[in-house]
Amino acid sequence: MSQTHLNSLKFGDNTARARADANLQAALEKLQRDTRKGRPVITGRLPEFEALRDRAVAIKNHTLAHLDQYLETFESNLTAAGGQMHWCRDAGEARAAILDICRDAGARTVGKGKSMVSEEIALNDHLIENGLEVVETDLGEYILQLREETPSHLVMPAIHLKKEQVADTFRSFHTELDPDRPLDEPAALTEEARHKLREKFLAADVGITGANMLVAETGSVVVVTNEGNGDLTQTLPRVHIVIATLEKVVPTITDALTVLRVLARSATGQEITCYSTFSTGPRRAGDLDGPDEFHLVLLDNGRTDLLGGDFHEVLRCIRCGACQSACPVYGAAGGHAYGGVYGGPIGAVLMPALNGIEKAWTLPEASSFCGNCEAVCPMRIPLPGLMRKWREIAHTRKLNKSRPRWGIAIWAWTARRPSLYRVAARIGIGALRLLGGRRGTLRSLPFAGGWTGERDLPAPEGGTFVDRWQKERARTGDRA
Amino acid sequence: MTARDDILGKVRAALGRTTPAQSTAGQSTAGQAVQSGSPPLPEYANDTIVPARGQGSPAECVVRFVEMAAEASVTLDRVAAAHDVPGAVAAFLTRENLPQSLVMSPDTGLDALPWATTDLDIRRGAARDGDAVSLTPTVCGIAETGTLMVRSGPATPYTLNFLPDTHIAVLYADDIIGSYEDAWARMRPNGETGPDLPRFVTLITGPSRSSDIERTVTIGVHGPCNLHVVLVGRAAGETG
Repeated sequence: MSQTHLNSLKFGDNTARARADANLQAALEKLQRDTRKGRPVITGRLPEFEALRDRAVAIKNHTLAHLDQYLETFESNLTAAGGQMHWCRDAGEARAAILDICRDAGARTVGKGKSMVSEEIALNDHLIENGLEVVETDLGEYILQLREETPSHLVMPAIHLKKEQVADTFRSFHTELDPDRPLDEPAALTEEARHKLREKFLAADVGITGANMLVAETGSVVVVTNEGNGDLTQTLPRVHIVIATLEKVVPTITDALTVLRVLARSATGQEITCYSTFSTGPRRAGDLDGPDEFHLVLLDNGRTDLLGGDFHEVLRCIRCGACQSACPVYGAAGGHAYGGVYGGPIGAVLMPALNGIEKAWTLPEASSFCGNCEAVCPMRIPLPGLMRKWREIAHTRKLNKSRPRWGIAIWAWTARRPSLYRVAARIGIGALRLLGGRRGTLRSLPFAGGWTGERDLPAPEGGTFVDRWQKERARTGDRA
Repeated sequence: MTARDDILGKVRAALGRTTPAQSTAGQSTAGQAVQSGSPPLPEYANDTIVPARGQGSPAECVVRFVEMAAEASVTLDRVAAAHDVPGAVAAFLTRENLPQSLVMSPDTGLDALPWATTDLDIRRGAARDGDAVSLTPTVCGIAETGTLMVRSGPATPYTLNFLPDTHIAVLYADDIIGSYEDAWARMRPNGETGPDLPRFVTLITGPSRSSDIERTVTIGVHGPCNLHVVLVGRAAGETG
């Protein structure tokens, strides 16, 4: 069981609200524009990019096929390095394990690097309810924490906000500063966040980060950031906790380097993030800084249910967010419309898996199968194909709406009777041509208001394909 | 049954693998690994893909490193020899209107440099809040993306790379290699793992930054605002 407060069934309403939100639409448009422009540039600079993608896919496939062995190897090396591993089956066990570690450490303040898994298990609220102060240190997450919002994108959590909104938030919360100070530009906002969060970094007793990868060969955890908050969070406090799901494992350092080459290029359009940190256990004897304790909370939370099954390939995901940035639906609705932790194409496949299709069937429906997501996915996850599988399951379980069910049922009944189908098609074509009139287009159509509301439908010209085929064959005397 | 057993059991079941309880002693079908076996080597194991820009002669690597580092907003001074480093550092601080004081890694290589020829006020050790400038050695420089590899250790406290506003890194031209793989080979020449690795091995590419606000890149979020490299000497084959 994953998160509470899932709002995916309200996707339609959420999207309508999102479309009316001018700030959000401007932000999403900028994201799409930048992504469209940036991706060919950054991938074009690396001739080996496609080969690296293929290799990354092979690495992940191999790892998943031997996941138990690599997990054991990882644990053995981590433990040898002085780290402690905590295996957790679900969100509840993970929350409890982390709280226990914090309590044993006598912690009062927890600093957090960005972790989508921590969102998945609703960690922050749990720690806060149990008396801890939790501070998000990633700039975007910090802003969201103040605004009590959730991340809307895998790697750019506050991308749905305009800088004016961030400025307003900072003015409301950083009340000790001069209220008339200029906060017009992102640089000023960033400077302010740097100073505020510096105190928090230094005060934290425990630092919690996610992991981009777990390297079995060395027992290392890979965390990549641009801000350096991941590093400060895992260096300054006495205790470092990593929360990671088990499909994050890669076999070797070399494998990790291959994945790194496709990760930042897909996520942010950079050659590589500023900091790619490989942490192996706690501080060593003689080190002047670094945590005394290192804990890895390894979480299943539904991954083993996906392993070896119909949705196995989604376990290759490295959480780069490229699919979200490339998706026209995400680009219109924004991440929050999906109603849960993961939005966009990856959310459409993952949310039903983690929360049950009955709670999230709307998400795989929210796609035109344009295929952008699969085209940009560094791990070549067949997202549209997986969404289609969810649609079939939802349809079989009668979760979707009755009108499309009836529509499909009628079409299927007719399609199984080819002569009847052809008669119906001829009638349909005739009717549409009539309705199209002299213009040859239809501005509106019964039962298709959702489509024709924004588009004109060209009226059909000519007859059915089968009729034309037979006419053509008769004309050329071709009897195959 | 512990959570560990439960999870590993589910993984094995999902992969159609036999569990320890079910496998009979000595019986193991080729290609079907049992619990304590190692995974088979994948077919790509000896065929690492290293991009062309991560390869080249030492001289080419230096040129590419300098180019890529500049793209990543790293500033760079070249000096002929190690004994020129203190002067270059002092000059840099003057240019940047920074005080002539810094905190330095307690590294024997750095200690041996003629710091007394400058007026620099130097503290050795880990970084503290309020430190403006740090100076550290590097493991190597990676031409592929203008990246520095740094490590933690008794002589190289990790906070020096992150807490101060300005991080000065000393890099020898002979330590510039092509690719991330080359860097890791430097880091662990004998394939060290686990406890034989430092707590931290990090690839640093430029000063810290964020694009979380409207995707506008701002430099200097949390980590250093400035990353300055003092590049010492010339690589084999460099002309000019």
